Amino acid sequence: MCLGIPGQVVAFTDAGQDLAKVSVNGVQRVISVRLLADQGLTEGDWVLVHVGFAMAKIDEVEAQLTLDQVKKMGSDYTNEIDAFNSSQIA
Amino acid sequence: MKFVDEFRDPAAARGLVRSITRLAGDDVFKFMEVCGGHTHTIYRHGIEHILPPGIELVHGPGCPVCVIPMGRVDDAMWLAEQPGVIFTTFGDMMRVPGSRGSLLDAKARGADTRFVYSPLDALKIAVDNPDSHVVFFAVGFETTAPSTAVTLVRAKQLGLRNFSVFCNHVTIVPPIRAILESPDLRLSGFLGPGHVSTVVGTRPYRFVPEVYGKPLVVAGFEPLDILATVHMLLQQIRDGRCEVENQYGRVVREEGNVAALRLLAETMTLRPHFEWRGLGFISQSALKINDGYADFDAEVRFSMPGIRVADPKACQCGEVLKGVIKPWECKVFGTACTPETPIGTCMVSPEGACAAYYNFGRMHREAADMIGATASV
Ligand code: SF4
Repeated sequence: MCLGIPGQVVAFTDAGQDLAKVSVNGVQRVISVRLLADQGLTEGDWVLVHVGFAMAKIDEVEAQLTLDQVKKMGSDYTNEIDAFNSSQIA
Repeated sequence: MKFVDEFRDPAAARGLVRSITRLAGDDVFKFMEVCGGHTHTIYRHGIEHILPPGIELVHGPGCPVCVIPMGRVDDAMWLAEQPGVIFTTFGDMMRVPGSRGSLLDAKARGADTRFVYSPLDALKIAVDNPDSHVVFFAVGFETTAPSTAVTLVRAKQLGLRNFSVFCNHVTIVPPIRAILESPDLRLSGFLGPGHVSTVVGTRPYRFVPEVYGKPLVVAGFEPLDILATVHMLLQQIRDGRCEVENQYGRVVREEGNVAALRLLAETMTLRPHFEWRGLGFISQSALKINDGYADFDAEVRFSMPGIRVADPKACQCGEVLKGVIKPWECKVFGTACTPETPIGTCMVSPEGACAAYYNFGRMHREAADMIGATASV
């Protein structure tokens, strides 16, 4: 459950609530970017997504590394992506 | 400019292993990886098989699903079975055995138990179901606790009356201290947790070298990260240094995530003590919800039984969590206890040492291939 999966910020959907749409391996969902509110996040940035929250800003290389690593986990990866897909935060 | 290839370069891995072997010489070292994510990488890539035989990696208590004691699972099931309650939790927690089965069994018996991806999903369920009371079963280290903190703040903003959190968040430093105090283990150093450290930073670990004289290096999750970290630990020992170093600087900052720490301080406080599966009670090792958010604290809203039960007799998760035994040394490993029918928690989460070994223990060829050696074990 400690998996962090890399996602790319697509758009800020609700600035007041620090919500943003991110794309994780092609799937787009809304997550909270509240924990990175003071880090000047902009569209196109990569973040590590954990339980519906961006927990760290990462660069593109790190995003690729993490995604490859997570994909190697097989069913744990698909479970995480399924869970992400099921999210209905907004 | 760095490239992905740099982290996959077999020559780099070979070079590191050579250098590790030279630094280690004929001496024996025991390094603990605290974090379940590292355990997973180590087994998944067979790292242990490419290190020189004198270096042993032991697995620590850093899998949050693994450390939840049975009594808290029983309490969770009691909550889930209260009339009018919708009980929500992360998928992994659904399968953790309590003394009357798991939350999945409670669900089969008719409890409205739902798995959610995020605490914000649980909040959404509360908004959408004003006639039910939604409880979120919060587990996890400082990696996950800030997400619960944000959710609590949001629930208060919305003035929700039908949402509460059963808080089981734990903190990373006390179990490390407990392990250092334990006479069972003679450790040479630690691979520090990666994702927890994005929140807490590297400062909270200073007591490890300063009080206990052991080096700690915060590590990333790539196989090369693990090798580089072992190298840094050995280098410290050979240089006669003993400090906290950060191998995962591309993600972890010394000061951590200040915004997340502020939110934690606003919504939660340390409990005087908390029971850990297999490790017993550890003081100031877990978080409870602050008085300011008491309306959202399931332990305040419900008169919970506060069940305490001993760990099952057959289970040796405590020894596994302290790194005293390896998963396969547990008597029920792979026979009575498998990922389909877990007896202990370490078999439930993919980051648990037993599940990781069960799934990947025999997959050491990849690592051997990486350095161009043939698998000989
Ligand atoms: S094999 Fe099962 S019972 Fe034994 S330590 Fe691992 S999880 Fe616990």
